[in-house]
Amino acid sequence: MNQRASNLLDEALGLVDEGTNPWTLSGRVLLIEDCVETSATFLLHHLLKRALSTLSSNVVVFLALSQPFSHYDRVLRKLGCNLAAQKENNRLLFLDMLSSEFPDGGESGLVALYGKIEKVVSALIEENKKSITIIIDDLSLLEVAANGASNHVLDFLHYCHTLTSVFGCTLVALNHEDIYSSMEKPALILHLEYLADILMKTEPLATGLATDVHGQLTVLNKETWDGQGRSRNRIFNFHFRIKENGVEYFSPGSRA
Amino acid sequence: MATSKSRTSSFSRNLTAVPSSNTPGLKYGPNGTIFISSGIPDLDKILGGGFALGSLVMVMEDAEAPHHMLLLRNFMSQGLVHKQPLLYASPSKDPKGFLGTLPSPRPCKDDKDKSRDHDPEQEGLRIAWQYKKYFAEHQQTFDNTRDGKHEYCNDFDLRKPLERHFLSGQHIDCVSILHNSDLGALRDRCATFFTQFPRNDGSITSAGRIAIQSFCAPQCEYSNVEWDMLSFIRSLRSMIRSSNAVAVVTFPPSLLLPSVSKRWQHMADTLLSVRAIPDEDKELANLLTGYQDMVGLLNVHKVARINTQVPVILDATTFSIKLQKRRFLVLECLNQAPIDGASGNSYGTSASCSASSRTGTLEF
Repeated sequence: MNQRASNLLDEALGLVDEGTNPWTLSGRVLLIEDCVETSATFLLHHLLKRALSTLSSNVVVFLALSQPFSHYDRVLRKLGCNLAAQKENNRLLFLDMLSSEFPDGGESGLVALYGKIEKVVSALIEENKKSITIIIDDLSLLEVAANGASNHVLDFLHYCHTLTSVFGCTLVALNHEDIYSSMEKPALILHLEYLADILMKTEPLATGLATDVHGQLTVLNKETWDGQGRSRNRIFNFHFRIKENGVEYFSPGSRA
Repeated sequence: MATSKSRTSSFSRNLTAVPSSNTPGLKYGPNGTIFISSGIPDLDKILGGGFALGSLVMVMEDAEAPHHMLLLRNFMSQGLVHKQPLLYASPSKDPKGFLGTLPSPRPCKDDKDKSRDHDPEQEGLRIAWQYKKYFAEHQQTFDNTRDGKHEYCNDFDLRKPLERHFLSGQHIDCVSILHNSDLGALRDRCATFFTQFPRNDGSITSAGRIAIQSFCAPQCEYSNVEWDMLSFIRSLRSMIRSSNAVAVVTFPPSLLLPSVSKRWQHMADTLLSVRAIPDEDKELANLLTGYQDMVGLLNVHKVARINTQVPVILDATTFSIKLQKRRFLVLECLNQAPIDGASGNSYGTSASCSASSRTGTLEF
């Protein structure tokens, strides 16, 4: 169906397989939203794999609050990516934050965390690494680690955002949208949705569970440049089915 | 259909290929996971083996019914039968007293197996034929574990208390979380508990069980401090990831803000909820068969996905909790009662199709 992108998701994100600029997400912020019924961690795995498989100058900084390294290693191995090897080649900087805590309001801890990331990023830029991708799994746990100081977490994210504009990094963050849907003023999620260039949201099917279709994915790509250099918003909606070795994406109603 | 068949067959292939473990309470599953039994045979089957070591199981309580206690009791008894160390925390002043209410395993298994497992085969409907082939395969994998003195999962007799010898000389630690204004103490107890079961890639010596009952119950002093509780759950989760243990935490979501409850639900690896069934509900009695025997409902919201990204899609997520012979906990799929054409009430979406509800003439 599509010669340029290998699947519907890559097409929606603007990721192409071959060409002069394989990693077109530089300087962009991607926000992934999911809910209890439909987890979107498969999107993180996909982006992690794509970031590590393109030009050799891609580096990923992974803030892992949700799972230990062994989990991601096993999952990505089935997807065809060897995380342990990438870690050794210094293409993957894995920050295991499973048990890290930021006491007293989280401010100093988050500032230190940002400092660490910024130092790494500027060092990598000096080594002429073209693309750096920062992946955060996931933001709601960062709020818990900061003991509820969502405003500090938001400040931290704003600082990370500067890295995308100054250094051309890609920022990918996963958050659980259903946590905020019942809050009155969910500042964190609203700010993020505003900041994000690409919004990806997974939801269960309206008709309930199915073995063939695991859920639906909506991708909002805010700035896509078409041939004439104009930018426009594009919305994509498709269904997906998750397997061990990859994910199938297809238009609703079709299994192509 | 094809996909579910291949999933079932790969699961059984993994199981039969691995030799039965030396430790009776453990079962090897796919993706390098090791299961321990929940103490309820039906629940083990539903969850694909049991509770995975390194995972956090959360049970959402219904304030109107104590069904979560049934799950907890069986979970704790199963661990004691398999000599797996236990840490139990509850908001009562004397948690040790709860141990006296733990059920005892049923001594003789054979007649029970035959009576339940042969039922589907005797039904003999043509429609059920193609499902029987999946059922038989599924049964095989679990029958493998039933040989030998020590079974992976026991049937617990809720009317008979656990014998003393299971309780003495064991590593059982009981903690009261009634007066802890600082959750740090509980966290430290858990941390010490976990040191007994470090997870390295070598052989596994023993597994541990943590049971925390009614975690945010209002009588606990710390229940106003929601972020502290969230922080505790998060640290419990991260500690358990690197150890060979399972923690079951029950909590009443009605006592939490919806956003906080959602955060807890996201942190769970396996998420279950129990609900009460009102007595004498005529509508429900018409809707479901066997309504009178039902004690409550169990919902499976999430099943642990460790080392894999593929979600578990169950054929059914709601099960009825029944007490077989008023003693043994069983979980059954809900069966819709036959629609009574004369009464004109049909269930759910088939309303538009059943013309029996209209006594008038057809419209076209």
